[in-house]
Amino acid sequence: MEGSVAYDSDLNLKATELRLGLPGTHEEQQAVSNVRNNKRPCVENETAPPPKAQIVGWPPVRSYRKNNSQPVYIKVSMDGAPYLRKIDLKVYSGYPELLQAIENMFKFTIGEYSEREGYKGSDYAPTYEDKDGDWMLVGDVPWEMFTTSCKRLRIMKGSEARGLGCGV
Amino acid sequence: MHKKMAFSFPDEVLEHVFSFIQSDKDRNSVSLVCKSWYEIERWCRRKVFVGNCYAVSPRMVIKRFPEFRSIELKGKPHFADFNLVPDGWGGYVFPWIVEMAGAVPWLEEIKLKRMVVTDESLELIAKSFKNFKVLILSSCEGFSTDGLAAIAASCKNLKELDLRDCEVDDLSGHWLSHFPDTYTSLVALNISCLGSDEVSLSALERLVGRCTSLKTLRLNRAVPLDKVANILRRAPQLVEFGTGTYAAELRPDVYSDFAGAFSSCKELKSLSGFWDVVPDYLPAIYPVCSKLTSLNLSYATIQSPELIKLVSHCPNLQRLLVLDYIEDSGLEALASSCKDLQELRVFPSDPFGVEPNVSLTEQGLVAVSSGCPKLQSVLYFCRRMSNEALVTVAKNCPNFTRFRLCIIEPRTADYLTLEPLDVGFGAIVQYCKDLQRLSLSGLLTDRVFEYIGTYAKKLEMLSVAFAGDSDLGLHHVLSGCESLRKLEIRDCPFGDKALLANAAKLETMRSLWMSSCAVSFGACKLLAQKMPRLNVEVIDERGPPDSRPESCSVDKLYIYRTVAGSRFDMPPFVWTMEDDPSLQLS
Repeated sequence: MEGSVAYDSDLNLKATELRLGLPGTHEEQQAVSNVRNNKRPCVENETAPPPKAQIVGWPPVRSYRKNNSQPVYIKVSMDGAPYLRKIDLKVYSGYPELLQAIENMFKFTIGEYSEREGYKGSDYAPTYEDKDGDWMLVGDVPWEMFTTSCKRLRIMKGSEARGLGCGV
Repeated sequence: MHKKMAFSFPDEVLEHVFSFIQSDKDRNSVSLVCKSWYEIERWCRRKVFVGNCYAVSPRMVIKRFPEFRSIELKGKPHFADFNLVPDGWGGYVFPWIVEMAGAVPWLEEIKLKRMVVTDESLELIAKSFKNFKVLILSSCEGFSTDGLAAIAASCKNLKELDLRDCEVDDLSGHWLSHFPDTYTSLVALNISCLGSDEVSLSALERLVGRCTSLKTLRLNRAVPLDKVANILRRAPQLVEFGTGTYAAELRPDVYSDFAGAFSSCKELKSLSGFWDVVPDYLPAIYPVCSKLTSLNLSYATIQSPELIKLVSHCPNLQRLLVLDYIEDSGLEALASSCKDLQELRVFPSDPFGVEPNVSLTEQGLVAVSSGCPKLQSVLYFCRRMSNEALVTVAKNCPNFTRFRLCIIEPRTADYLTLEPLDVGFGAIVQYCKDLQRLSLSGLLTDRVFEYIGTYAKKLEMLSVAFAGDSDLGLHHVLSGCESLRKLEIRDCPFGDKALLANAAKLETMRSLWMSSCAVSFGACKLLAQKMPRLNVEVIDERGPPDSRPESCSVDKLYIYRTVAGSRFDMPPFVWTMEDDPSLQLS
């Protein structure tokens, strides 16, 4: 434990650090604090461990209740639907809640998300336009990053949607 | 010298003398002088402060101080603010209200921080204390507008109702109507945390109109600008005011109405609110700016040029809360306009963004440190820092009492030299001899803790994240910081050795929080065994700690001194070491 290690914020030093505990017992919790924001969270089931890239409680800013923070209204369109809807992203605490709300709003079912294959099991894929104007698959980036970079949502349907499911 | 005279003072005389001593620390010192002073003091203590609601039981407090009129209680650890404490952890105020309802009927003030307050508790307060005057709930949760209605309806002598940063369940805006028409004694009302369904505007207007002593009014976001003018006109005597939301577009009629109402408030010293403010509306407040001492713009998403204009109208500003939209240029303007500035808090507008969205760097902090000689308290979020800047700041501001720096990316090195920021923070603790509170960030080795242990002799609260190399770091702090009361640590490689070697220190502190560190369950058990007057609580949502090897690190650890023994209200994910049969002491 007393080894002095030269720190470089790009290396995963936790892997080389001596610590008490059996190997693998603490990886899940410790890796959270070290890895940069380039891993994608798992939204498959709501009881999954927190996504590795998101550091809980950091930076230490108060997450005021939704009524206090600025609402983030974005348009939601669905291929084939006659009109668009608008939702406030701040109302949701994560992807499962958001996707459930959209499913209810448009009366359809989104498939199961996986990092590799996107949404499988239905004809629909939820996508969003980010700050750079690119169309991205919903669920790839940490939730907080998503709420600040998402400009609009589009539920893609049919062959276009299936194309997105091919682990791009 | 005059020993005999001291003994011959009647109690009433000593009591009268003690009535001039308000601070808790002094009162505690008085009570330690001798048995008779202890007795006299305890009967005449009117304000009780309990920094950790689990450190003592309500019965013990009431037994020792039978005649208190004001109580302040704090519940959850500070890191609860950042979602590190799971829901259901504790901090319930109800047991306290129940005991006080019976034994302290003349209670006038209740101040709570980070506690769970239910409607039942509020109803009991409303029913039990006939002379109840002040309710301040800070960062509390668990109640709804029904509870507030009970307070409004029954507390005829209520002067202050302050719900700062609380989470309130919206049920109905009509709770305000429960203040009877005969009720006029309100002096301070802070409902800034309430949502849109929770305030009836007409009831609010009538209330403000008849409470002519109202000095503080902080509205919630749902109150639109055109209604604010009506409210302000009814309360030109206001000293502190928080606006509601501004409209999206400038409407000249609304603007002139608002500006007119504002200019009639000649006593205003403090402003807050400013949700969705648009720059065109800002000139409306210029007439009051020259008297302003406190300005909270932390919800105002206006850019640097407008912020510069605004602060340049406020030469008497002592306290500023602002978003990092102010940028370095705005802070430079602040440094040249506001020479009385004592407290500055700069919050991140985009805390989770990876790239900087504004030009706010260490330069802004250096500018303020250089231009504002009275600066004492800083909270600063930024994305880069250098040792050079920190050393400059330290030399410029030897009077710092609170210095909290948050470099947003963990373990960020000095951007100029790529070295750790040990030397910079070392300068802070070396030059700022009266520093009471410090929060660290950036790339830090054990060295910074050596500096802290050596120099930070007045430090009472230290927050550490993603720092240090080994137990030596923690050891430096625990063995060197003589005034340390609260230590909170997350994601640091600190383990058993420093903790066990400094076990006795923990009894001199209020509390220690360690999460995502390297303290083993075995060490927790050992510590609890060695130190019976500490509660060693392991918070672990993975399941019972004894289902894993003893050498396994615990997820979260909260240790606090207590004379009340183990608490009875622990949720399933909190374990105290008493649960372990191997710890049965004969």
